Amino acid sequence: MTRTFTTAATVEDAIEALGSGARPIAGGTDLVVGARQGKASLPEAIVAIDRIASLGGIVEGEDGLRLGALVTHEEIVANDVVRARFTALADASAIVGSHATRAHGTIGGNVMNASPAMDTGGPLLCFDASARIRSTWGEREVPLDQLWTGPGTTAVDPRELLVGIDVPAPIPATGSSYVRLEYRRQMEIAVVGVTAVVRLDGGSIADARVAITALAPTIRRVPDAEAVLIGSDGAADGIAAAARATAAGSSPIDDVRGSAAYRAAMAEVIAGRAISAALARARGEHVEIPASSSTYAGLGGARA
Amino acid sequence: MKTAATLTVNGAAYPVELDPHLSLLDAVRDLIGLTGSKEGCDDSECGACMMLLDGKPVNSCSYLALQADGRDVTTVEGLAEGDELTPLQRALLEHGGVQCGFCTPGMLISATALLREHPDPSEEDVRIALSGNLCRCTGYDGIVRAVRSAARSSA
Repeated sequence: MTRTFTTAATVEDAIEALGSGARPIAGGTDLVVGARQGKASLPEAIVAIDRIASLGGIVEGEDGLRLGALVTHEEIVANDVVRARFTALADASAIVGSHATRAHGTIGGNVMNASPAMDTGGPLLCFDASARIRSTWGEREVPLDQLWTGPGTTAVDPRELLVGIDVPAPIPATGSSYVRLEYRRQMEIAVVGVTAVVRLDGGSIADARVAITALAPTIRRVPDAEAVLIGSDGAADGIAAAARATAAGSSPIDDVRGSAAYRAAMAEVIAGRAISAALARARGEHVEIPASSSTYAGLGGARA
Repeated sequence: MKTAATLTVNGAAYPVELDPHLSLLDAVRDLIGLTGSKEGCDDSECGACMMLLDGKPVNSCSYLALQADGRDVTTVEGLAEGDELTPLQRALLEHGGVQCGFCTPGMLISATALLREHPDPSEEDVRIALSGNLCRCTGYDGIVRAVRSAARSSA
């Protein structure tokens, strides 16, 4: 087969190319790097989608956010609405790769690469986001809890194209965070990551979401940890119990980045930090973005 | 099948024929002949290949050359104005920020991008921003001092 490269000007161009067997590339920060590392060779037929203007931009409405598939991590981190109301997503995009990765890497690529270690997946899942998928036979919405079917696999047909991610607006008094364990400050992949989203009503937690990253074959929520938090007053013993439940709900593997036993132990630590940071934000306290680095020193400057 | 494209590097337009899988780094080094940008790891870990693409940093070893068609590429060779080094380049020399020099082109590009976004970064800001660039001599202290010094001298 002859190697081919085309640049799509419109979504229709891109879908037509996908229909004839081409694979899409946007920032290339997963696809090309994966090929360099020997995970999978580059596709023989490539369609570049990075110049399709209609796939860019963040639209903020009363009902939530519409993220174009080509929105970069840099744009997400710089967006005031994301920082204020979808803070866990800002935490995640702020630590993807390096500033070079964040300038070109897109939210669409991050989600569709379906890595169980992707940073933005946990926050999007906890915010009930869904993927808008276009093809020659129409457009459909796939909730993110149905999108990832395994490491690197999705419920999307190769002839379909992700055009955007929709994120419903959270109820006021919601705080969120994403914290990951990392060995290096940039160009790092999560060893363990935890997302926490909590909504306060008076002094107690009315709703809670907890999701795990790099701790299972796909990013997924941990209902047992959420159940521990809901109805509690957010005190230290409740956070500790939810953190233990998070670790108990994980199924980590041994790999070059860490052993399963180490990951399970760290899941509890990172879950505790993520839940604490989300609670602090829900109470209106300031926690720096990204939460990962600020929580290493302990919230409020005290050592954890 | 090779595709015709125009790579604009440091302001000069180069008509080239590119294989779809060729990296921007290989195109700039091997087809255009600008060898300042280095290949360290070849998988986006080390930042030695960093260039600016439309003003934004990119790991050029992991970016397809054809995607740069018609965009503005800046390599380390394009930072100085003629023989006049930038304040950052001078600071790197003054603070001993160059040892073997292999990481220097990527460090310069990365720090140039940082200073455009954050004209007066803290030491922590510099260390985080440059942690996508590995120095095999471990000469980070001089590099960080140089970036902060250049920021202050340009302020």
